[in-house]
Amino acid sequence: MAVTTYSGAEQYNFEVVKKFAVMSLVWAVVGMFVGVYIASELAWPFLNFDSPYFSFGRFRPVHTTSVIFGFGGSALFATSYYVVQRTCQTRLISDGMASFTFWGWMAAIALADFSYVLGYTQSREYAEMEWPIDILIEIVWVTYLILFVGTIMRRKQPHIYVANWFYLAFILATALLHTFNNLAMPINLFSMKSYSLFSGVQDAMTQWWYGHNAVGFFLTAAFLGMMYYFVPKQAGRPIYSYRLSIVHFWALGFMYMWVGAHHLHWTALPDWTSSLAAAFSILLLMPSWGGMINGIMTLSGAWDKLRTDPIMRFMIVALSFYGMSTFEGPMMSLKEVNALSHYTDWTVGHVHSGALGWVAMISFGSLYHMMPKLWDTKMYSRKLIEWHFWLATIGIVLYIVAMWISGITQGLMWRAFDQFGNLQYSFVESVAAMHPFYAMRAIGGMFFLTGAVLMAFNMLMTIRQGKRESAALEARLAAKLAHA
Amino acid sequence: MNFNFKHEWIETNIGLMAVLTMLAISVGGLVEIAPLFFIDKTIEKVDGVRPYTPLEQRGRDIYQREGCYLCHSQMIRPFRDEKLRYGHYSLAAESQYDHPFQWGSKRTGPDLARVGGKYSNEWHVQHLTAPRSMVPESVMPNYPWLIKTPLDISDIADRMKALRKVGVPYSLTQAEYEANVKKFGETVAKQLHIPNAQQSLIEQANFGNYDGDRSGISEMDALVAYLQVLGTMVDFSKYNDDAFVNDR
Repeated sequence: MAVTTYSGAEQYNFEVVKKFAVMSLVWAVVGMFVGVYIASELAWPFLNFDSPYFSFGRFRPVHTTSVIFGFGGSALFATSYYVVQRTCQTRLISDGMASFTFWGWMAAIALADFSYVLGYTQSREYAEMEWPIDILIEIVWVTYLILFVGTIMRRKQPHIYVANWFYLAFILATALLHTFNNLAMPINLFSMKSYSLFSGVQDAMTQWWYGHNAVGFFLTAAFLGMMYYFVPKQAGRPIYSYRLSIVHFWALGFMYMWVGAHHLHWTALPDWTSSLAAAFSILLLMPSWGGMINGIMTLSGAWDKLRTDPIMRFMIVALSFYGMSTFEGPMMSLKEVNALSHYTDWTVGHVHSGALGWVAMISFGSLYHMMPKLWDTKMYSRKLIEWHFWLATIGIVLYIVAMWISGITQGLMWRAFDQFGNLQYSFVESVAAMHPFYAMRAIGGMFFLTGAVLMAFNMLMTIRQGKRESAALEARLAAKLAHA
Repeated sequence: MNFNFKHEWIETNIGLMAVLTMLAISVGGLVEIAPLFFIDKTIEKVDGVRPYTPLEQRGRDIYQREGCYLCHSQMIRPFRDEKLRYGHYSLAAESQYDHPFQWGSKRTGPDLARVGGKYSNEWHVQHLTAPRSMVPESVMPNYPWLIKTPLDISDIADRMKALRKVGVPYSLTQAEYEANVKKFGETVAKQLHIPNAQQSLIEQANFGNYDGDRSGISEMDALVAYLQVLGTMVDFSKYNDDAFVNDR
């Protein structure tokens, strides 16, 4: 394949990037399909089919694991390997290690999904994997860290580009969180079952320290890394403010780790802990918006691209949702608001405005940017990108509006009193009131899923087109050589 | 001395950057989590809370396995409406033997922290098997396999030993047993004794007859036994209303 050297395919390890990019969309489709399915189960419970394997409780971790770690994780591996090689102008230090992270990560997600369906779970949200899978993840993650840092050490530039700071913080923080939240005692070495090292209040605090920082580092810092490379590239303009990126990087990394306890307001966790967490949650608005402003303002002077470039539109809408959900989050961490919002669908809506609006949209944008470069061709269809954008955006809006209404309705119904001071509604009346919104949420999810399917198709056709073109080029070259 | 800090030092040194990042992200967890293990007031001093019996613990395993925590919380907040709906707010002491905690984060269904004793065993069996036969508007899945599946009690001792290693006072030796007799009384201490685990599990299942069928022990027996003990360990009539306020 000597003809493709100019694209960097030999200078850089793009094989592993391609694999992760493809699998990221495969997991997106799988995970979002399961998401739509479990959303439908809540609207139409017959869909549980009296089967242990399809029941909501076992299926929900399949959704969260597939989208967060399957789709999001693969997109992060793909883009971080791409970005670190490009910005350091050097190849990953080891192809073997890169390949190991790919197969190891895929095995971990597949095993995790399979084990939940069979009933193996630590019952820690977003960390449901049982101990053998946790060990596999730990090994993959340390390999990832060595590979990433090792590649940076071989850089041809004195400076480490800002995107890599964020990826580094994400890798380090995830290692820390994963290790401490999964400390558990297996019942014996041949059983998947384990019991967590901590109990009750300490266990709850550890889990939500993990849980919120999975959001903070896995789903935020890392995707900011993505943003810092792909937004300026797609816009063809430098990052708006270098100073802002420094300040918000350190502030974000420091502050996020304090805020997990806002998931435990009004619980048996001591007041001082959750109050401290609430204070930091409010402070966190500033570094969060620092990132958003830095991203959006990068487009200043090139605003016309929003009209003409659908990929840019994905990125800017992603940043807008990031700004919105990082405003909503601190607001929900206020104790008075939390008293209403906690335990309701409002939280679910908030998570999805971040996860669909920010994480998925910035990933789609970055993958669309990367694909033509990886397979050395143009995107198969620009029209499909436009369609994807609108389906995704409409889907998100349907989803979060449904959850806002149902969440606030639930919260208000639970605390409503009648004129005699009795509870006005039984619990199940609030369940019945949710039905239309659960249906609306499922429909919103279907829109979003359809968009992801279009993207997967577009990618498949782009890859085929790329292969056809390079084969044709090679044939022409061979013919030329034969004539010479 | 002219100390002129430049961020450039960090940006050009991956080792320094990694160390400083690690420092920055470690502080929050250290300040908020570590003290919870040392501050005495974190867990209230209260009578009655005991580890789960072998049968209840197996029920708890099934509760976890089926992902009940995804729709049901076990953490009542100190609000007037929650007191009326669910009962006294949850104490930290009440989940001190919960490895892992099951406080939950979402109430698609109601809180279960004090569901124990509110409904009969028969109600639970019917409701778990076919929720909509009891509550037509419910969106809970049916769990028909619980009553059909015999409970696996072969590894109950292993399970209790693992829990003992992480700090639950199940007894393995005579001395530990004696200590439990002092702390929890003889009846309970016997059930917490690991060498007797299988026998006491069978006894409790037969005596309680939770699933209404004495011919065998089903997963339903265990799950209902667990649900029926939730929130019942502390006798709140012994404490006045403000007893726990200062611990928060």
